[in-house]
Parts: sequence; C-alpha cells; structure tokens
Amino acid sequence: MSETLLELKNIKKSFGTTDVLNGIRLSISRGEFITFLGASGCGKTTTLRIIAGLEKPDEGQVLLEGKDVTDLEPHQRDVNTVFQNYALFPHMNVEANVGYGLKIRKVPKSEIRHRVTDMLKLVQLDGYEKRMPSELSGGQKQRVAIARALINSPKLLLLDEPLGALDLKLRRAMQTELKRLQKKLGITFLYITHDQEEAINMSDRIVVMREGKFEQTGTPDEIYNHPKTSYVADFVGNANIIRGTVHSIRDGEVLVETENQIVKAAAVPGIRQGQSVTLAVRRENIRVCKEDQEGLDAVLEDKSFQAGQLHMTLKLGSGKEITVSRYGMDTGLVQGEKVRISWNPEHAVFVNLAQEA
Amino acid sequence: MRKKWKWSYLYLGLMILLMYLPIVIVVVFSFNESRLSASFTGFSLKWYQALAADRDLKEALMNSILLGAASCLLSAVIGTLGAVGMARVKYRSKGMMEYLSTIPIMIPEIILGMVFLVFFSLLDLPFGMTTLILAHTTFCIPYIFMMVKARLVGIDKSLEEAALDLGATPVRAFFDITIPLIAPAILSGSLLAFAMSFDDVVISIFVNGPRLNTLPVKVYAQLKTGVTPEINALCTVILLVIVLVLGISALAGRRSQKQNHGE
Repeated sequence: MSETLLELKNIKKSFGTTDVLNGIRLSISRGEFITFLGASGCGKTTTLRIIAGLEKPDEGQVLLEGKDVTDLEPHQRDVNTVFQNYALFPHMNVEANVGYGLKIRKVPKSEIRHRVTDMLKLVQLDGYEKRMPSELSGGQKQRVAIARALINSPKLLLLDEPLGALDLKLRRAMQTELKRLQKKLGITFLYITHDQEEAINMSDRIVVMREGKFEQTGTPDEIYNHPKTSYVADFVGNANIIRGTVHSIRDGEVLVETENQIVKAAAVPGIRQGQSVTLAVRRENIRVCKEDQEGLDAVLEDKSFQAGQLHMTLKLGSGKEITVSRYGMDTGLVQGEKVRISWNPEHAVFVNLAQEA
Repeated sequence: MRKKWKWSYLYLGLMILLMYLPIVIVVVFSFNESRLSASFTGFSLKWYQALAADRDLKEALMNSILLGAASCLLSAVIGTLGAVGMARVKYRSKGMMEYLSTIPIMIPEIILGMVFLVFFSLLDLPFGMTTLILAHTTFCIPYIFMMVKARLVGIDKSLEEAALDLGATPVRAFFDITIPLIAPAILSGSLLAFAMSFDDVVISIFVNGPRLNTLPVKVYAQLKTGVTPEINALCTVILLVIVLVLGISALAGRRSQKQNHGE
C-alpha cells in the first residue's frame, strides 16, 4: 500500500453512559476506497463525524497526512462529507449549492461558474444549474451532494450511507458511478453502509464494525470468503454458524464432530484434535439431498422464494436451524421431508479462532 | 356524518354572529351620514375627512406605528437569538426556560401593565416612548420566539453542518444557511408582534405617561365622551391595517412551510 493519508489512533467516544467507540485504530492509504460496514448503532457514523470534525473524540487522535487535526474545527479540515439525507441547502439553486465551498474560499465568480459546470458534467447533471433542490429527484439530489463535496478537491471524501434512500436499481447504478468517480479523481473515499453487497461491490478494503470496535479489516474477498469471526461470517456472508469439536485431522481435511455426526472442513494451521471450533458455511454453499446421500441429518421446515432465490429452512437433530439458498428451480423436496445436507470442505471456514484457541 | 355537518354550521353561524357581525356594523356605520348610530341615513365619507383633519389622532397614529416598529424590531432580534440559542443547548432546564420565555403571553395584561408600572417607576424611568417600547418588546418576544422555534424544528441540523464541512465558519454558516431558512418565520412573527403592539390598550395605558397617546389608547379615551362615527371610521382604518399585516404574515408563513416541504 502507498502512503498513509489518515490515521485514527485509539479513538474513544461515549455519549452519556453509552460507549460508542472503544479504542478504534486504523490507517487509510491515499486513493483507497474504504468502507465501514456495520449494523446501525455500531458507531460507524460517529467515527465519520469525528473524522469530519463534527464530533470530538473523548480520547485518541485523528491524523491527516501526519498532522494532528483532532482539535481542528470542521471548516479547518481538508475533508468533505456527503450526508445521509443529502443536506442540500433548500434556499439555493444547484449552482449555488455546488459552488458554496468555492465561494467561501473566495474563488473568483467566473471561475466558480466554470468549475461548477465541469463538476455537474462529471456527475451527469449538466444543465441543472438553476434548478432548486426541491425540483430534483432523489438520485439527482444525491449527485448534487456528491458534486458539492468533490468540487473542493478534498483529501478525503466521507460518504455517510449516501445511497440509503434510493431504490435498488438506482442504488446499483450509483454504486458503479461512485466507483467510476473515485477512480477518475483519485480521491480517497471513506464510505459508510450497512449493506454488505454495496460494501463488497465498491470497496478496496472493508472494515466490519460491531459495537464500537473493528471486528475485521480486509479486502472484500478476505471479508467474504475468509471471515475471521462468526459475526462477520453471518453479517457479510449470511453464513450458517455451526459449533463442534475437532475429531481428527487427515489429508488436509479437518473432521469436525457436530450433532453426533462428522462434517468436513479444509485444514488450517494450528488446529488441534479435541479443540472446540466454530464453522461458518454460507447458505449458497450448502447442498441439500435425499436421505440416501452422505451428510448431516436434517428435516426441511420451510421453503420460500426471496429475490429470485429459493430459501430453505432446515432443522438439525438438535433443533438448530440452518438456512440454505440457491438460485433456480425448486428441488422437489417437500416440507417435513428428511434430508441430508453437505458441503465441500473448502466452503467451511473456521471462525472465532482467536477467541477459541 | 350528516349530524356533524349541522354542528359545524352552528359553529360557523355563531362565529359570524358573535365576531364578524359587530365588525361589519362598525365598518358600515363609519360611512353613515348621521351622527347617531341608531339608523343608517345615507352614505358619506365625512367622518373619514374629520379623521384626516384630526391632528391629535394623526399624532397618536404615528406614535403607534413607531412603537410597533421599534418593539417588533427589538423583539425580532431578541426572540430569534433566544430560539436559535435554545435549539442548540441541551440543558436539563431547557423546557423550563422555554416556558419562561413564553410566559408574557399567558400573564393577564392588566397584571403585566401593573408590573411594568411599578418596575419602571422603581427604576425612575421617565414614562413615555421608552417605557412603551420596553413593555411592548417584552410581550412581543414570545410571538417571535415561538414562531422561530417552530421553524427551527423543521430545519435539518445537518444543513448547518454541511456548511461547516464545506469550509464555513460557524458565524458564516449561521448567516448563509440558518438565517435565510428561518427568515419567513421571523417575518411572520414580527408582523404578528406588530399587530399585537399596534392594538394594545391595557399595557400601554399603564406605561404611556401623561402626554403620549397611542392610537388604541386615544380611541379608548374618546369612548368616554361617547361613540362618534369618527371612532367607527378610525376602527375601520385600524382593522384594515391589522388585516393587511396579518395577511402578509400568513403569506410569509405559507412560504416558509412550502420551503420546508421542498427539502
């Protein structure tokens, strides 16, 4: 990775008696697209507000290009924000909104007009200069908000769930567009979302947050395919979490005993026999087959179609529920039918190793 | 449903009968030729001419306008600052302070007048325009305070944050963003305050001093010598001014609401 742009050092913050951030550390490289992913209330917005200067941390430091900016006011930082609800100034037209940052910096009027036109072209809103925010659609407002922040060429652009209010189709289109803008301008993006798909589609690096802490940091591939904790596996990959003990290890496969049966997982270094382990298996990697095949005993509880996928809820012998999803046709299995479930060893990932070792 | 309709008609009828009929009568009789308000004998503008010739009345009118303008300006500044400040703090006593700020509306005017009289004489202030402005400013503040407070609730806090984020100092953000957004509320609050100040009698009587008359006080004083059609004409003029002012205030209020919905 290239040079460090932003560094968070042991940031702590609490509101009243609730700890929102518990000692966050992170460094962000220049030009990176980094995403904070977490459920609402995990502290991701607070982290962003601390970086923007809209909130002061109780402890810790924020370093921008190596300089301590912890005590600087928002207007003294080379950081701009795209707010969750756009926060367009309702009494100013698009041109005045986008040019506001330049106007404050006393850029000559003719240059402001020129740069606003260019910026609007970049976000595909040319010709909208004189419109008022109330005359724009949600997607257009979003583009104006992005243009208004980007025109100041910030060192770091913070985006707080900017696509949250848009419908699915528009959201997908905006994801592509944001990524394109980021590549084109080379500006570092810090993006906040609770949507794992969005995070995986856009980011160079994802930080999964949980209860004011960083659960795992890594590339989308690392987060999705190699989750370190059961929380990440569940939140990002919608994985099933299966607990058991290591029965034996052979030929690069670990045999894990669960539900009084044996399941397989790919070996990882440091696994010992008899150790209790947690496996994460994503729903789409589980095969469901008739009773004559090998696998864990289960009973089909429920079937439903969701977003083009067939979802099956299965119950294991202990009563534990397993969710399986697959594209395509119905399996011909009926509710209450006894089935067996299995997976390829490489699809079962050991999680929570750090806690359980 | 039908039954409710009938009740609402009854309400409407009562409203018209009790509130608007007397007003209409006053207006009609201001054009009456006869001095007696017993019967309408013919259309005439002579009472308006008499009104225009009355120098005392004109002076009282000027006093009222000056008083209304000064107190609504002062209270606009104080009330706005109060509402904006109150929206930012998170004291536990905030609710209490907001309540205290609106109390002048709830205290009976006669008591407020008494209190001002006692207080101003204690301070040894000469009674006249100064004391009038002080008293009127006091009871005008709540109108602006409440209007601006209501408007602030509808303004997204992140707007000002966005301005700060884009490089504006807090003061700049206040003038660029907050002030334009609450301006309609300040305007409609001020107009309401002006209307309140313009037609106030009770408090003014206590603090106006021996020589200074406001228009409503003058009207009240003239009543002692009997209702002349000239008073009817004067009331019609005052009514017209108040209706105009309130009309503008309502328009400003509607514009403010529209902007709110536009976000």
